[in-house]
Formats: sequence, structure tokens, C-alpha cells
Amino acid sequence: MILDDFGRESVTGEQQSASQPQRIDRYVGQYAERAVDMVASEIRALFAVAARPEIVSLAGGSPYVAALPLDVVGEMIGQLIANHGATALQYCTAQGDSGLRERICDVMALEQIRAHPDEVVVTVGSQQALDLLTRIFIDPGDVVLVEAPSYVGALGAFAAFQANVVHVAMDDDGLIPEALEEAIERAAAAGKRAKFLYTVPNFQNPAGVTLAAGRRHRILDICRRVGLLVVEDNPYGLLGFESEPMRALRADDAEGVVYLGTFSKTFAAGVRVGWAVAPPAIRDKLILAAESAVLCHSSFSQLTVREYLNTQPWQEQIKDFRELYRERRDATLGALSAMMPPGCHWTRPAGGFYVWLGLPEGINAKAMLPRAISSRVAYVPGTGFYANGSGGDYARLCYSFPDPDRITEGIRRLASVIENEIQLRDDFAPSAPTGPSRPTATR
Amino acid sequence: MSHIERVIILAGGLSAEREVSLHSGQRVRDALAQEGIDAEIADADSGLLAHLQAYPPSVVFPAIHGACGEDGAIREVLSLLGVPYVGSVASACQMAFDKPTAKALVAAAGLTTPPSVTLPRETFHDLGAGAVIDLIVAKLGLPLYVKPSRGGSALGASPVHAAADLPAALLSCFAYGETALIERFIAGTEVAVGVIDLGSGPQALPAVEIVPGDGGYDYSARYTAGKTEFYVPARLSREVASDVARIAITAHTTLGLRDLSRTDLIVDDTGTAYFLEVNVSPGMTETSTLPLALEASGHTFSSTCVSLLEFAASRGA
Repeated sequence: MILDDFGRESVTGEQQSASQPQRIDRYVGQYAERAVDMVASEIRALFAVAARPEIVSLAGGSPYVAALPLDVVGEMIGQLIANHGATALQYCTAQGDSGLRERICDVMALEQIRAHPDEVVVTVGSQQALDLLTRIFIDPGDVVLVEAPSYVGALGAFAAFQANVVHVAMDDDGLIPEALEEAIERAAAAGKRAKFLYTVPNFQNPAGVTLAAGRRHRILDICRRVGLLVVEDNPYGLLGFESEPMRALRADDAEGVVYLGTFSKTFAAGVRVGWAVAPPAIRDKLILAAESAVLCHSSFSQLTVREYLNTQPWQEQIKDFRELYRERRDATLGALSAMMPPGCHWTRPAGGFYVWLGLPEGINAKAMLPRAISSRVAYVPGTGFYANGSGGDYARLCYSFPDPDRITEGIRRLASVIENEIQLRDDFAPSAPTGPSRPTATR
Repeated sequence: MSHIERVIILAGGLSAEREVSLHSGQRVRDALAQEGIDAEIADADSGLLAHLQAYPPSVVFPAIHGACGEDGAIREVLSLLGVPYVGSVASACQMAFDKPTAKALVAAAGLTTPPSVTLPRETFHDLGAGAVIDLIVAKLGLPLYVKPSRGGSALGASPVHAAADLPAALLSCFAYGETALIERFIAGTEVAVGVIDLGSGPQALPAVEIVPGDGGYDYSARYTAGKTEFYVPARLSREVASDVARIAITAHTTLGLRDLSRTDLIVDDTGTAYFLEVNVSPGMTETSTLPLALEASGHTFSSTCVSLLEFAASRGA
């Protein structure tokens, strides 16, 4: 069919001024205030490009699950359905499978946590634990203290409940106790009491730094003194390259700390199984909140993890993961040292997935991202890790997924992009100072 | 039911408009499914050539935006393969995709377009940005509108109301391309006019008036449902409505475009319509203007997609 009168009425139409407005979304004006910022963004558009294989993505924090013995896991899952299918495919309790909770306590014992399975609530990754905790503690405007920078997923959960996020300074030894005291005092002076401190103490996302052993008691003492709950998020604690796992904050304060864990990095992110360990009153509210959110979690996923822990050498697998990520960390640090232009500086993680790269003065990671994508390398601009729009002078590099050769190539491309950006900066602001300006500068 | 046997929709690509393109491609696929055509979406990647050669399609619907999709490259390859496709040939795309070139050609054809200068990044480096910026402001005045010479979805584009803001706008622009188009900013009504040609000459669709909220018609306003209001047809006098239709058709024919295009214009307070740019692979998302205009003209999006495919298939490679 060929339309030979296509659009003719558009040119001769009579009622142009009678046109009514069309909104693509008829519910505009009816959304909650918290949904105002849920909009399309250039950054998300650029990350869509990063999914292409031509791009060396140092952006997303994906674990390298291909290192798992997938055939063995597949066989195990087949056996699970054959032997326990009626349970694995059925509803379960909102607190989670009791057998899995027992094994979770075994996992936490590696970080010297002594917990009872009754204290554990299984969640959909630790992200859901963050959502539930925020749901039960935060009214709009309530203060949440977080590290500077902090995990983007946590910031998203806090923003969804309209929390007032206050960043607390870190250095190479993690959260600075004096800065925490100051932040608590500032909130009090403003007539507000912080509801909790959110911290990722080990191999922090995004900064890669670890809270020094000597600071851990100090942080707990400060929080205990003012009755501030600590939310300890610990996805990477078992992925240290250079020493035994650190003693968890929860190990020293069962009443003052809610501990969040996950199997996303030590087994498989796709099973979406995490957990929270909380004092009884908080635990009970978490269970009720979980019931209202999802009724119960996936029995299949929980039993998959339980079977994995019961039947597979999971501690050996974690060692394999550690070695794999250590090799990739080394490739990252080696390439950064060899290739980054003057003015760049970066952290040296002793575990986990991330390096926090500081850029030369006047270079903005968010503005530079389109050029990086054009040059076929991706990272996450530091602005994503702050609730207040700062962090543009940093980028998070994640080394967990690409192999060492790809990492080296990605950093070569990134170095070229930064050099190009320096020239652009100098072209438009020739008086801008150059050179390192941060305490972690390494060149 | 169409007689077309095998349709491939090209969507994705490596430009910053990849996500938009994937949405466009999916929407075209859904529309074709409504018409009983089971189309396949393919990305422009290293596997595409072998795939097209192994399973030659009856016709291809390119829905890749930005570089590769709109600069003519992928269409040149389709021509090399002898595969029929919807839309303009490569040489026409090259002229349309480069905004300064398109502006010069349509201006030569008598259309009005905002005064502008086009400068590569190297010029600012070689001659000194401050001096060049002073010259630009002296020549064009303020306010200005800065955008990459190639690309779409307002990526890297921004208005400039004070000379002091021009360096930042240029930096944003150069993040997306090596050459900047700096235009005098024309205040007025923003409209988009689609053009469809199914063999009997280019026909203009009803003009779509775009009324973004605060912040202008930026990327977020374009692709967040509800952030922008559209009036179809645009609230223009009959004379101006005819004029913008004429401009869109003139741009389409002057640049030698084929099948479909979308021209973006500004109509100022005096009723003067300015050509801004033309798109050879217009957005087909839920928030895109061409599908809105089609519906307003009484044609369904799905039947038009089929008509475009059938016309392209009958034309051949």
C-alpha cells in the first residue's frame, strides 16, 4: 500500500489554535515528590553504550561469576530441584530459610561475628536490607551520616525516602573519627539528630579504602555515646588480598550495629541473596517491612545458596576470587602508575573491586565521560557517590570484570582522554593551576 | 498482512544515542508486530555483516541515531550489500548530519537559519580561546546556542546568556564532538515537522509544538515522559503552519532526502520560522515527535512503518 495523500491535511488544517496539549504521561502531577528526580539522564544513556564489547568498562561493579565452576553449580541446582523442588518452588517465611540463616552465621564467623540465626533476616541482596532499614528509620528530612564518598546504591535508597544525607570525610584509613564527631554536633546544632551512620568499612565502594583497626573502636565509642546506630555494609570483607579478614564492627557491638552481608561477591550476584543481622527489635521490624515489600524472598535462590554452602568448597572459591581480583588490582595499579598524566592520584585498595581516581585540577569526570566513551573506555564519575553534587574531580574505576590485558588497554585509553581533557582545560582556562593537589597523589 | 518476508531493524550503535536508538528500534518492532510482521532487531556491530550476508533481509529499517546511523556510514554498507533500506542514501545523510553543511545548503535554497559560526576545537587552541570567544560574541551577540556540529538529542548542547558562560558551553560541546556550531539564540516557539514520502512526493505532517518545562528541551526533557508538553498541530497561524511545512519539505528536497525526515525549527515572535537542523533517522520513542505527528494526521504509526518498508522493498537496493 502506498499512501498518496500523506499528511496533506497538516498543511491546510483550519484549527491550529484549538490544539490541546499532549503529555505523553497522563499522570504528571500525581506522582509523589520523591519521584521528581526519576528522570532520563545523559549519564545513563552513556552507560548504555558501555555495555558494548568494544568498550573497556571500568564502570559497573560486576563480579566475575564466570570464575565459578558453572557446570558444577548447574548440576547442584538440578539436584536441588530434584530433591527439594516442592520446597524450593514454594513460598517461605519473610525472615528467610532457617538452614540458610545457620550457614550465614558460619560465614560471618570468618569476621569474628558471633550471631544466632534468629538475628538474621534474609534479603534480596544487601540492597533490600538498605531499603528496609531506611523505610523503618527515616522520615523525610531525617539525617543519615555517610562516608564521603559513599555507595551509590545506598544514596539511592536514602534519596527514595527523602533523607538528608550528610557526608563525613575519609582519608586513606577510612572514616575520620573527628569528622564524625563534628558531623554529629553540626546536626545537633541544627536541631536534628542523625538516625544512623552508614559505613562500608572494608575496601569501600567507591574509594577502595579500609577503616583502620585502630579507628574501629573509636567510631563505635562515638556512636555509642550519642546513641547513633551504625549500619555496617560489608560486601567485600572476605575479598582482602593481603591479610586475614578484618574484625567486623558488629563483632564488638551487637546492640549498636546492624550488619549487612551479601553473597553477590562471594558466590553469585544473580541469586540476589543478602542478609541483615540486627538487634531483636530492629529485626522484628525488618521482617514486617519485608513482608509488606515482597511477602517473602525467593525460596529457590535461598536454597541454591544453602546448597552451595552445604555441598561446595565455598571457602576455596573465595580464595580463587581473591587471587583473580588481586591480579586485576595489580594490573590496574601498574597501568595507572605507568600511564596516568601528572596531577592524577589514586587509592591502593587492599581488597575489593575499586580504585578511586583523583583527576588533575579543573578536570571534571562527569563532563569528560562522553569523550571517554567515544574513546571506548568507561568509568563512573565521582558525582554519583555524593548526595550533594560534589565529587566531579574523581572517577571510580572497577577492575573486577575485565581481564588484566583489557584493564591495561582501558587505562591506556583513559590516560589519553585525560591528557586530551587537560589540553582542553588549558585552552579555555589557561591560568588554571596544574599538578597534584590531594594527599593521595602518587605522581 | 504485508508480503514482506524478512525485516531487520538496525538499532543501537556506539554513539551516545544508543539507548534512544534501542527504544526506537523496539517501538518500530512492536509496531510491525501489530501489523503481523515479525521483525528482528540487530545492532551495528562486528557480527552484522556476516549476519546480513547469511540471512539477507527483504528490507532494513535503520533506527540508529547519531554517528554511524545518521552519518550515512551504515547505509553505504547496506548499499554495498545490495540490501534495500528505508530512508535516505548515504551521500544525503552526510550532508544532513553535518549541521553547518545542512544550514548552508538550505540557506542557499532560500530558507532562513540563525546566524552562526562553526569552529573546530583546534581553532580555540591555536588562536587562543579568549580572543576567539570575544570575536564570536562581537559578531553574533547574545544570547547564543552552542551544539556539536554532528549529533543529536541535545547532547552537548546548551544556551549561553552571558559571554562568561560561553567557555563552559564550549567545553560541554567538545565532550561530544570536535567541532562546535555556535548559533545566535532565537527565542520563540519550538516546532518539529515530519516529512514522509511514499512515492508521490514529500508531504509534511502536522507541526508538533514542543513546550519543555524549566531547563529547556534537554536530554531529560526529551526522554522523560511527561516533562514536555506537545501541541499537535502546533498553535501557529495558518500562514506560519504552511510556512513551516514548506520549510520542512524544502529542506527534505534540497538535501536529497528520501522516505522520511524531521526538521526542527524555531518560530520567533514575528512569525519568522528558522531552520535549525534536519534528522534523517528521527526518534521513534514514546516521547518522540514524529510518531505523535503521524497519529495526529490520521495515520497509525504501525501502518506507516509498514508502508515505509514496502516502499523501500519495492524500490530495491
